[in-house]
Amino acid sequence: MDSVFSKVDRAPEDPILGVTVAYNNDPSPAKINLGVGAYRTEEGKPLVLDVVRRAEQQLVNDPSRVKEYIPIVGLADFNKLSAKLILGGDSPAIQESRVATIQCLSGTGSLRVGAEFLKKHYHQSVIYIPKPTWGNHPKVFNLAGLSVEYYRYYDPATRGLDFQGLLEDLGGAPSGAIVLLHACAHNPTGVDPTSEQWEQIRQLMRSKSLLPFFDSAYQGFASGSLDTDAHSVRTFVADGGECLIAQSYAKNMGLYGERVGALSIVCKSADVASKVESQVKLVVRPMYSSPPIHGASIVATILKSSEMYNDWTIELKGMADRIISMRKQLFEALQAKGTPGDWSHIIKQIGMFTFTGLNKEQVAFMTKEFHIYMTSDGRISMAGLSSKTVPHLVDAIHAAVTRVG
Amino acid sequence: MGGSVKMVEETLKLAYGDDSEFIKDKRIAAVQALSGTGACRLFADFQKRFCPSSQIYIPVPTWSNHHNIWRDADVPQKTYHYYHPETKGLNFSGLMDDVKNAPEGSFFLLHACAHNPTGVDPTDEQWREISQLFKAKKHFAFFDMAYQGFASGDPARDAKSIRIFLEDGHHIGISQSYAKNMGLYGQRVGCLSVLCADEKQAVTVKSQLQQLARPMYSNPPLHGAQIVSTILGDPELKSLWLKEVKIMADRIIGMRTTLRESLEKLGSPLSWEHVTKQIGMFWYSGLTPEQVDRLTSEYHIYMTRNGRISMAGVTTGNVGYLANAIHEVTKSS
Repeated sequence: MDSVFSKVDRAPEDPILGVTVAYNNDPSPAKINLGVGAYRTEEGKPLVLDVVRRAEQQLVNDPSRVKEYIPIVGLADFNKLSAKLILGGDSPAIQESRVATIQCLSGTGSLRVGAEFLKKHYHQSVIYIPKPTWGNHPKVFNLAGLSVEYYRYYDPATRGLDFQGLLEDLGGAPSGAIVLLHACAHNPTGVDPTSEQWEQIRQLMRSKSLLPFFDSAYQGFASGSLDTDAHSVRTFVADGGECLIAQSYAKNMGLYGERVGALSIVCKSADVASKVESQVKLVVRPMYSSPPIHGASIVATILKSSEMYNDWTIELKGMADRIISMRKQLFEALQAKGTPGDWSHIIKQIGMFTFTGLNKEQVAFMTKEFHIYMTSDGRISMAGLSSKTVPHLVDAIHAAVTRVG
Repeated sequence: MGGSVKMVEETLKLAYGDDSEFIKDKRIAAVQALSGTGACRLFADFQKRFCPSSQIYIPVPTWSNHHNIWRDADVPQKTYHYYHPETKGLNFSGLMDDVKNAPEGSFFLLHACAHNPTGVDPTDEQWREISQLFKAKKHFAFFDMAYQGFASGDPARDAKSIRIFLEDGHHIGISQSYAKNMGLYGQRVGCLSVLCADEKQAVTVKSQLQQLARPMYSNPPLHGAQIVSTILGDPELKSLWLKEVKIMADRIIGMRTTLRESLEKLGSPLSWEHVTKQIGMFWYSGLTPEQVDRLTSEYHIYMTRNGRISMAGVTTGNVGYLANAIHEVTKSS
């Protein structure tokens, strides 16, 4: 019998995850994986946080714990604590019960569920996303039925923010349009607005009733401080307006594969928040019924114990500090080698990624000749670097810049 | 994005058979999914994308979320006859008529075993006839198997409908869930598989399934899948699991027997045959919504208004009370 799917074409590899596939297939001992945004230690190994292991142990050792379905919106204490983490414990929005928080499958899941909700219940179906942005963003929104427009963000000439372009493009957006904002540590560029620039963005958006949808994947991971990295989100919420927030614990708690995140919808009133939550449930039920219990239980265990929370902030700062130190080392090594060009963006950009400014040809050259694996847009994951591998990367960049146009 | 390779491998063995030629020939496109719901949704999205003019035929009745899933995937739905309210069994001729009258190449949702909510399954012979008719009509069979092992106590037995279709050469799709048979409800562990014509096509279809999963949740959750692959990958643990699944299934079967005997002992004139004829977690009692309301308000017994009772909630401690309450609200009918 012939298959009804015989006309299906092979899909291309995901450009980001495909980098790791190629890296794994490379036999060279000199290879470096700077592709996926997953933290690695100085030894190049994945890290399970100590506090996560302790929390997991606690959960496993508790015979009263069961594996029943959790509610469609997820674990209640996880949701409360997640809202508190991003909005701050003293947030009036929380105190006034104006926040609907739903446990979702990491950042991706939170974005998708939020987008599906907006498609069904919001009067505008266009979302403005920064150029460039995480490769999966447009797919998430398209599949949810939203149409995607871009606003200028990265300026290749300065390797910084194209603030004028951003203001113009958001200024030209239709009233009520949804706007995706990276809360901190913009992926892939590492370029964030200053607080003054955030304030201008906020005023512009509120004046045009643009709906903010924050993607917060790096809280605490960018600067090392959970509060500092939540600043942009908090100033928007402080003005009393509404917004959506997608939170991920993949990086800041190293819980990547457990798929833990939360979607928070900050509303004008408690009544609205309650109704909104009831509608979000209807989005979730036909997608996966209810979210997975394990990762969220780990997060809740850590966040509700002041001792564990404290230990977490220390380990988190440790990860952020190692990344900041890698930036410094890479920059200084390039200076020392005399590699042509201005490489100061390496220490100006923030978060896990550096947008090197290297072009496709240079990247391909570095992969072929030096076994450096990174995405073709020139993005490197600083987390994949160590003091030992910095010299090899510097050699590769130097060669690429001097030999390849 | 395809999830735990080991877990998927072991899961396919359960559905297709340990020595399945399809596994050997790598003809199955399979990805880890978010339990049964996630597997059904992923398939529905895939169906929409690659067979955009197709519809899904859904049995009456079915798990209510099936309707939500295919609706949110934007696939139009049709229904087919399944449950016969008078016999409280299968409306086989109605089912066959609907299968015959559906346009050639239609997509059908089938419950592999322990139909939810009715507990009414076709016999092996009936499955063979359904399979033959599907072949003649070139229909696509999508099996939702949420209760393998949990229905009869024997996973191989519970996969019989699927094996019949495979023998007849169908290229089927299957949604598998570990929520009930491993009690991993909240962990959300399942698998979606699609049998293809050859290995090349399986690779292709899998790549497209991953494309649908990536903008939904990127990758499936790790923990539950690791539990499954640890259990199924270790002969001792797997053996222990098979024993525990049988214990769960036997307790439910035992409760069915006890409930039926209790009702008959109370002198009820009605037939309670269907308590033990139906299979799986649910007993589709035939109680009316009004009778259900009385059970709740007068006896504090909670169940869905379609008369579906979860036998898992029945224990030796409460079966007498339940039988008595049912007798009270039905004796005048």
